[in-house]
Amino acid sequence: MSLPVQVGETADYAIEVEDLAIGYHGKPALTGVTLQVPTHEIFGIIGPANSGKTSFLRAINRMDLMTAGMEVSGSVRVEGRDVRSWRNPYALRQRIGVVFPLPVGLPLTIYDNVALSSRLRGTRKKADLDVIVERCLRRAALWDEVKDRLDSLGSLLSGGQQQRLTIARALSQDPSILLLDEFSIAVDPVTTMRIEEVLAELKSEMTIVLVTNLVQQARRLASRTAFFLTGELVEVTETETMFEGGAQDPRTTAYVEGKFG
Amino acid sequence: MPEVAHAADRRDAAWWIDRAVQILVLAGGLSAIVFIAGIFVFITREGAGFVFDRFDFREFFGSPRWTPTSSHNPTYGALALIAGTASVTGLAMVVSVPFSLGAAIYIGEFATGRVRETLKVLVELLAAIPSVVWGFIGLSIMNPLIIQVFDVPVGLNVLNSGVILGLMAAPIMTTIAEDALKAVPDTYREAAEAMGATRWQVTLKVVLPAARNGLVAATLLGVGRGFGETMAVLMASGHSINLPTSPFDSVRALTATIAAELGETAAGSDHYGALFVLGIFLFLVTFAINFAADVFVRGGQRKHRRRGRRPAASANP
Repeated sequence: MSLPVQVGETADYAIEVEDLAIGYHGKPALTGVTLQVPTHEIFGIIGPANSGKTSFLRAINRMDLMTAGMEVSGSVRVEGRDVRSWRNPYALRQRIGVVFPLPVGLPLTIYDNVALSSRLRGTRKKADLDVIVERCLRRAALWDEVKDRLDSLGSLLSGGQQQRLTIARALSQDPSILLLDEFSIAVDPVTTMRIEEVLAELKSEMTIVLVTNLVQQARRLASRTAFFLTGELVEVTETETMFEGGAQDPRTTAYVEGKFG
Repeated sequence: MPEVAHAADRRDAAWWIDRAVQILVLAGGLSAIVFIAGIFVFITREGAGFVFDRFDFREFFGSPRWTPTSSHNPTYGALALIAGTASVTGLAMVVSVPFSLGAAIYIGEFATGRVRETLKVLVELLAAIPSVVWGFIGLSIMNPLIIQVFDVPVGLNVLNSGVILGLMAAPIMTTIAEDALKAVPDTYREAAEAMGATRWQVTLKVVLPAARNGLVAATLLGVGRGFGETMAVLMASGHSINLPTSPFDSVRALTATIAAELGETAAGSDHYGALFVLGIFLFLVTFAINFAADVFVRGGQRKHRRRGRRPAASANP
């Protein structure tokens, strides 16, 4: 089920990237990336290790600010505005949820993990927080497993549970964009499938960029997929086309067919 | 034909070296225990005579009269000495906790690059200043300063020695507290920052709670340091027996009493034994403080590492 590629006004795109280049301490990691992600799309990014996928995500929510030696050039626009023109990068990051490869349950209680973002933004009332915590945990398919022990440490959950906790925490930001960086690396296949179902539902509410090491995951979820290879964007193609041999570049076909990487 | 051992049974040089090292480090570890136990046995034995012949629990902990040299009626009330040590240590903590915590947070969470490295070296350098130098500062700088600023007759008092002791303890507490902050994984910081938390919010909501046990341990070790410190307190406290009612009262500390009086007493006398009882008391208190700090540190480690530590090499068959 692929969406038609919309060519319309700026606001139809959640993320627009133009001629993006990223380097670390002068060494290029990603060059010349131009692509657009329409709103409410799951946009897949595949590619072998060291292809620049994670760097790409880090440029979107301005993690370069806290990464020593990371240099970004070109433009990244979120909701029509260049991210470097946001004078308050914290406000930008609040609008963008991030899920890291290895689950990071903060060493707080499960409840506090999910309530953290709202508290940072000034929500104090217990009743309001209760509603937010329950809603986000339900949507991340974790509520039933933890509802009786919300005050135990989030960092003590199993890997798969912690990853869903991380997703619940990202959802608690009420983000318009969700960035997932190889979320299934430390998660068992059953949990992976549950999270994939969650993502498919979330698509109606937010734009999702899914960096994945599993090409079949991109196929299951993404309407369009970008292929990154050694710091270069090879192509962006409708996912179905890409997987049915219609890729523009032979390297893409070779990668999705498992011939390398 | 010489019998050649099968490779599975041949013990080569590496095997023997490993064996020897295991025995050596075991001996090293045991010797630490032996020394501690030896010290405890020694001070207990020296103090035992006094405890059995003369010791009066209510007098020792309840009376502020410490007059061991009186010829007709020597008394051994340690309350004033305990109060002296406690008041100086308490004030020292009030001074050092905010300073060291602030310094540790700045070095660990905010400073970067060269500033951070320079500060760390400087703090460690401060920790190496000998206590007699601090005592000298108390005597020759703080003393006239306190007399001038607060218009009091004597500047050697709780305030002086508390501040000196606080400055002394702060570098060590800073170093330990910074280690506790450094033990918090960066992934926590990154996850919180990705949510839009500012650096200060990350510190307050994530890093400090995660490092709490280590920070408590740092404070406790600072208290232990203050409790056991002798020279600086001897020089800056005024060394007069007093139940302090204000920071401008001169006091005398337990440690300073032992240091000043032990050389003047006859071995085996009541006075001699009483000083050793003070020593036992100090030993027990600092032991309890260090033990508590250790418990806190372990609690902190358990929180981050779910998987246990790598098991130590099992003894060879």
